[in-house]
Order: sequence, then structure tokens, then C-alpha cells
Amino acid sequence: MKRLGALGSVLRQLGQAVVVVIGSTLFLSLLLRLLPVGLAEIYAGGFDEASRAARLKELRLDKDPVTFYLLWLRDFVAGDFGPIVSPGGGTTPVADKVGSALPISLQLMFYVQVVALVVSVPLGIYTAYRSGKRSDKAISYGLFTASSIPNFVFGLLLAVFFGVTLAWLPPLGYVSPGENLVEHFRTMILPVASLAIPLIATYTRLLRADVIATLREDYVTMAVSKGLSNKRILFSHVLRPSSVTLFTSFALNMGALMGGTLVIEQLFTIPGLGSEIGIAIFSRQFFALQSYVAILAVGFVLFNTLADIAVGFVDPRTRERRRA
Amino acid sequence: MTALLSIKDLVVRFRTPRGLLEAVRGVNLDIPAGASVGIVGESGSGKTVMSRAAMGLLSGSNVERSGSVMFDGQELSSLDSVQVREYFGTGMAMIFQDPMTALNPVRRIGTQISEGLRVRLGMSKKDAMKRSAELLAKVRIPDPEAVLRKFPYQLSGGMRQRVMIATAIACNPKLLFADEPTTALDVTVQAQILNLLADLRKDLGMSMVLVTHDLGVVANNTDFVAVMYAGEIVEMAPTTELFANMKMPYTEALLKSIPKIDAPTEKRLPVIEGRLPNPTDRPEGCGFASRCSYAQDKCRQDRPELEDAGNGHLYRCWYPLGSTIARKSS
Repeated sequence: MKRLGALGSVLRQLGQAVVVVIGSTLFLSLLLRLLPVGLAEIYAGGFDEASRAARLKELRLDKDPVTFYLLWLRDFVAGDFGPIVSPGGGTTPVADKVGSALPISLQLMFYVQVVALVVSVPLGIYTAYRSGKRSDKAISYGLFTASSIPNFVFGLLLAVFFGVTLAWLPPLGYVSPGENLVEHFRTMILPVASLAIPLIATYTRLLRADVIATLREDYVTMAVSKGLSNKRILFSHVLRPSSVTLFTSFALNMGALMGGTLVIEQLFTIPGLGSEIGIAIFSRQFFALQSYVAILAVGFVLFNTLADIAVGFVDPRTRERRRA
Repeated sequence: MTALLSIKDLVVRFRTPRGLLEAVRGVNLDIPAGASVGIVGESGSGKTVMSRAAMGLLSGSNVERSGSVMFDGQELSSLDSVQVREYFGTGMAMIFQDPMTALNPVRRIGTQISEGLRVRLGMSKKDAMKRSAELLAKVRIPDPEAVLRKFPYQLSGGMRQRVMIATAIACNPKLLFADEPTTALDVTVQAQILNLLADLRKDLGMSMVLVTHDLGVVANNTDFVAVMYAGEIVEMAPTTELFANMKMPYTEALLKSIPKIDAPTEKRLPVIEGRLPNPTDRPEGCGFASRCSYAQDKCRQDRPELEDAGNGHLYRCWYPLGSTIARKSS
């Protein structure tokens, strides 16, 4: 591994990804067998004896759990995410649902992260430079309060206040950007805000603490003694060493956001992966659920890997350490 | 000799939750052009705060500074931070104690040396890099081109200290503050760095303020020495005069606490007993009285003023060493 350098760390992370995806889906797959109602009952409940056997065979429910899982895994890797079975007997491929829902969820996460960073970076720097002063305290306490409210409660409050009471924004629904760009952004404001505000609080606090610590470093005093302007010192000496924690948190929050979108998408009826997962749970589409979970797991690992690489760019020391 | 830097009645106080901390209490000090001046004292004596305050590097809402600092005929304390900046790099520069923390860990060596040249002297990126390589060669770093592309963590402590010196002298400052430049280094590297500083000073016609706790370092590298204790200068003299005719018991105690290579190993290293007086609550009388083996009642009641012993030798003691005044020696 040591000799492989950068390639080695990528390979190692890929290995981790495979372990996480297999672990989480196998766990879920076996868990489904513990349901009080058997899968056979759910999927072929009202069928007569002959069609019941055919149905179970078609859905591989005649196989033992491990074989069933391995077959599912083979299909998943090949891009076949399994069927969604309607009560009448017809099936639609899960892949179709993923194709339409996943981009909407990713888009939501992207908006949330961009808004969170755009707001929290200046806020973090400002509060750090004004640390201990009244403006810093007001902002810090305000954000702390906002972040302690769960995002779905926040979302509900926002929807009721801005969507219903003031009626400035649509309280729910989704318009795709291709359909009407202005309406698209109007529908996204409330869900993005309810997910972004806790993140803004976290990011601002992390950046503020790191900037305060960096400003105390000798190399900042050294930079002052070179005769550099405050702006130059901030951008070329303070910001980069102060953003390692922020970057790490940014990436870890990608995973947490996937969980957050599950709830918020359902609250605002956005047809993303979160809503599909909700539908799959309530309509007992367990095969679809298993594939959704696998996609989330892949996404989670992917974002974490990207985060590691990003941190390497920010701090050259970690680049070397990871290779060592 | 005209003074390049002239410090008058410099007082630095920090507002702390436990009260007002007086770190520097009325220091007067002249640094003649071309001279090397040592500032000696133990940790907490105020020597670092004094030099940073003189250069105007102390910032923060909890700092109170008063007194006058004249540099090259210009009163610095009347300038705001943007105007003072004009003197940094080209007028005054500073090297710091710990080369591990004074170089930015995420920026390449070349960028760090050259940015002063680009900002202060308006050099192009290419010229500044070329000059940076020359500076690295000047501080005796082998293969300067390769070092320019490295990050600080890829260099040893001695190398980093050389890089810091190269950065500080980049814009040919008239005065270099060297704040414990060798404390964090191996003994063998210490000598190299001190020799390097002496050579550079000669080459560039630079004045130097050498801040250290080590009288041994001062003996070989300075023209004048100021000994600081509890935020005050307690003894000041030309270096040869100081060592020939020491007046302050504190200076003597500092000298005794330097380990000697020929001292028997079973003997304990003499230390200065006790601690510095609490800087938020200074005692009456001489600050050193509680730790001084020669102290008398008068020392504990009245604060001594700086006395002139001739030959430019100042001291702050009621019962200086070598005087004929009877004293109770322990």
C-alpha cells in the first residue's frame, strides 16, 4: 500500500466502499425476513396456489435469504435495481424511479450545501474577527438557537408562516427547472432553508473557532510583520488552514443530508429519493427499499471519499500522512 | 551614534479577566544604527512583548500600549496599522522563536518568502521567486530551487529557521528583531544560526535586537545588552562592560544558571529560586527582592530607579554587586 501512493489510498477507499454497501444491504435484507408478516404473504397474499408459486419464483422468494441476497447483489451491480410490484401483479423497474428521483434529491442537497457555505463562510470569518463583541454574540447565539430546532419542525414552521400565513411562497410541491425556472426556485426556497439553517449554524461555529485559533498562530504574526494587508493575510494565510474542519464537516454532512432530505422531501412533497423511500416503506415495496438503501450507502461512501480528497487539497500534511 | 530605534516610556498592559496585567513597565531603550542589542530575561520577563510592541505587532482589543517608539526619525505610535505596515519588511522585520509554528503549514516555502517581495517591493512573481532562491542560498540552504517548492513540514527545524531568516531579510530591513531565534533548535544548529545572523548583519548593514534568555548567546553576538525583569530593564550596558562589571544580582543569577560543560555532573545546576512577581499585582519595592540572596529591608519597601554607573552602564538596584555598601550576604 505504501508504495502505491495516491492510487493505494483510492484502492483502500474503494475497498471500504464495497464493505459498507454489502454490510448495510445484507443487514437490511436479513432484517426484512424478521418482519412479522412474511414476504411471501406481502407479495403474493391474495393469489391462488398456482399463481402464488409462479409469483414467488419470479420474485425469487422461493430461494433461501442468502441466495436471494446474492442474486439481488449481482443484479444491483449490473444496474438492475429490481422491480416495484403493484398489487395487481404488474411491475415497474426501480431503476426508472431512481432515474427520476435521484437527480431531484442531489439537486436539493447541492442547493442546501451551496447556500450553507455561501452564508456561513462570511459569517464565520466576521464573527471570528469580532469575537467576544456584541455582534459576534448575537449571531452566535442566534445560530445556536436555530440549530437546536429539528429541521422538520423548522420546515413545518417555515411552510406555515411563509407558505400559508403570508402566502409568499408555495408551501409545498415541486416544479422542475426545465418547466419554469422562477417557480422552481420559489418551490425550493423553503425546503432548502429548513435544511440549510442547521448546517449554517454548524459551519459558522466551526469556521469561527478555527479562524480564531489560526489568528493566534505565529505564522499570522509573521505574515503581519511582512507588511501584508489584512485582506491578503485573511485570504492567503488564515482561511485555508482554518477550513480543514469545515471541509470535513461539509463532507460528513452530505451523508447526514441524505437523511434530512428523506424527511423534508416528504414534508414538501418533492418527488426525490426521500419521497420514493417513503412510498416504498408505506406500500411495503421491500425490494425497492433494499435498492434505495444500497444507493444511499454508495452515495454516503462516495461523498466521504471525496471529502478526504478535498481535505488533502486544503492541508498538504494530511496528503502525506495518508500516503504514509 | 544616532538611534535607529528609540523606545521611550513604553508601557504595555493586557486587560485580563483577573485584572490589568502589566507586561512592560516603562522601558527606555535606544538601538543605534548598525548595532546588535541583546535583550535578556527569563520567561515572562516581558522581553518578547516589549519587542513585539516596539514593532507594533501586538493587536487585539485587550492590549493597551503607551509611550513613544521612534523608528528612523518617525514616531510609530501615532501611525495607524496601515501606515505602520509601510515600515514592515523594508524597515523592520522579525524572526520568531519556533520555526515549527511561524511558517504557514499549508503554503509552499517559495510563496512564503516571495510574498513580502511582491507586496512590499512590487516585484513580479518570476523575479520574486528568483530572488527567493538567492535568499535561500544566502542563508546557506543547499538546492534552493527544490526547497522553494516544498512545504514547511518537509524541512528540519534548522532549515525552517533559515527559511524564516530568509523571509525576514528578504526586503533588506534596517532592523531585525530576532525573538529567541535558537531556542527551539539543537545546540549544534544554534551556533550555525547565530553565525549566520552575524554574517548577514555585517553583509546587509542591519541592526539587530536579539531577544534571548541565554546570556551566553548574548556574550558573543551583541554590542549592548539590556537585562529585563518583570517588565522593566534592570541592567543595561555595553556587552563587555556588563560581563566585566556586573551590577545586578539578577544578572549574576542568570549567568550562574547557564549549564557549564566542565561542571561536575553530580552538582545540581544553580537555579533562581522563587517565581516572577504576579504581573497583575506587583509588589512594592524591587521586583526581584523576594528571590534575591542579597535583599535587605529597603529592597522590599522602595522601588529602585535606574542608576548610571558610568561607561553607559545602567542598573536598578539598591545594593549593586561590587559596591562598598555593607550588605548581608547569605
